[in-house]
Amino acid sequence: MSLFFQVILDGLWAGLLYGLIAAGLSLIWGVMDVLNFAHGDFLMVGMYVSFFLGFLFKADPLVSWVASGIFLFLFGMLTYKLVISRILGKAMAPLLATFGLSMMVKNLVLNRFSPNFRILESTILEGRSFMVGDVIVPLPQFVTSLFALAVLGLLYWMLTRTRFGWAVQATALDGEAARLMGVNTEKIFLLVFGIGGACVGIAGGLLPSYLATHPDVGTLFSLIAFMIVAMGGFGSVPGALVAAVMVGLIESLAGFYIGPVYKYIAVFGIYLVVILIRPKGLFGW
Amino acid sequence: MDYKKLLSKFGWPLLLVALAALPLAGLVGPGFSSHVLITVLLTAAMAQAWNLIGGYGGQVSFGHSVFFGIGAYGAAFAVCVGKTSPWPGMIVGAVLAAVTAVIVSYPCFKLKGHYFAIATFAVVEIFNRVFMIWDWVGGAVGLDYTILEDGWRNFTWSVDKRGYYLGALVLFALVFTITRVIERSRFGYYLRAVREGQETAESLGVNSTGVKLTAMALSAFLAALCGAFFAQYNFRVDPPMVMSLDMSMKFVLVAILGGIGTFWGPLLGALVLIPLQEYSRAYLAKLGSGVDLIIFGLIIILMMVYQPGGILGILTGSRKRQARLRARLAAEGGAK
Repeated sequence: MSLFFQVILDGLWAGLLYGLIAAGLSLIWGVMDVLNFAHGDFLMVGMYVSFFLGFLFKADPLVSWVASGIFLFLFGMLTYKLVISRILGKAMAPLLATFGLSMMVKNLVLNRFSPNFRILESTILEGRSFMVGDVIVPLPQFVTSLFALAVLGLLYWMLTRTRFGWAVQATALDGEAARLMGVNTEKIFLLVFGIGGACVGIAGGLLPSYLATHPDVGTLFSLIAFMIVAMGGFGSVPGALVAAVMVGLIESLAGFYIGPVYKYIAVFGIYLVVILIRPKGLFGW
Repeated sequence: MDYKKLLSKFGWPLLLVALAALPLAGLVGPGFSSHVLITVLLTAAMAQAWNLIGGYGGQVSFGHSVFFGIGAYGAAFAVCVGKTSPWPGMIVGAVLAAVTAVIVSYPCFKLKGHYFAIATFAVVEIFNRVFMIWDWVGGAVGLDYTILEDGWRNFTWSVDKRGYYLGALVLFALVFTITRVIERSRFGYYLRAVREGQETAESLGVNSTGVKLTAMALSAFLAALCGAFFAQYNFRVDPPMVMSLDMSMKFVLVAILGGIGTFWGPLLGALVLIPLQEYSRAYLAKLGSGVDLIIFGLIIILMMVYQPGGILGILTGSRKRQARLRARLAAEGGAK
């Protein structure tokens, strides 16, 4: 029985991490209907920022997530200014342009920093864990999960309780009407892309404390984030959280009870079943 | 004479004759430029196959590497496991790809926009992972060809690339001719009508599901033939090589960068992108790995931002500008 709880908890940690990664994607998708294909590469860039801060200046990921969050905030705004703002609303153009961006960023990092896996040694959280009953809780994953809940909660609070959030929601519902009511939608889009970048930057900043950094690390994460957002429903933060935990649990259960090679087949398969039953996602409208 | 009319009537057959004459003129041999030429023809055929459903039908699928991969595995399976000629494998693979396309697309056509795109990502990932662990078709190692006798029976030429060139040309001619026939047929109008407005088309009696599924099946069949050629040309297949999102993206990007939903777009896209990619890979290798892909990515971004109509858009756009300029000059001349 404790083995079962162990598997469930491992799935929960994975799911919350996915939720943290998907949060920014969900926000951007919901507000401007843009699928940022380079989302996983944003994560990878955040991991490199945190890794090099740790490697060169001995900064712990528990501190450097701030730096990579800020870095990705600026990177996101830059992406919006230079690329997205010029092609917003043109069907598949933003998706393909960000695919080009993903290709460029990934290969630039590969070219500069080699394809080697880089592991940050002797971080504060490294290898620590605690026991709940006879279930092991690894500390790095636990801390990341707390961050996921905090970031998603903050995002939800911002969207539903602040004037800025109301303006964002108005823009998402009807950009034209929001503009007529005096909302500077251009500024909203810019900030939303920045905040989306910052969310994934925070995730990337924390990850080096238990995951190796390499140029291709974002690819699978971004696919999973796409599924989570589609499954949760168009720009719904609670939907993304539920879908993320679901994906984490499916992955963990399938990996343990069927076999590790089947876990993503199960995840993608169940995603297809869910999306075909509810084409707009679990919480979509 | 109106050159536009002439071009649309005789341009396509003339191009085929010219391409068929290239080996006779001794311009196709074992060299690198022949490899580039073959890759251009193959990529143009792939992009045009995608264009049938993605461009004319408006269903932007990122799943075509699945069909491409099934075709590639069909040919490779016949050679490596069946120990026979690749031909039966090609045909069976292409039919299987069309059947798979119908089974997968029927439910997925319910989804719209990004939801459809992400569903096709998921389909690719599932097929990729299943083929990775499926030992009967070589698993993660893939299928490696043993040395075969050269010639059409084995569809193999070890040094001289003339055979591959002719094979690619036949494939290219087949895909483009089918597209031309469809483009000008009743079915082609149905397809475009469904793209422009599914409800309107249905209200006029078009069976939109049937039209989309037929186009998807045909598109998958042709994509699978391209895959079979790819396996024969590279002497091996493995899942990341043929069934991956990167391969799917190739279909989409070449068609879109050339000019989506147009007859010449896929050829133009392949003509510009493939030489660029192949030569930059060959000549920029000293700058370290990935430089060709950095340039490729940058070009995709620039094209999407400045020229979403594709390369065809640049050509026709400048012609339109010229016409506008000429009209203005004429008007000013008249005012004087």
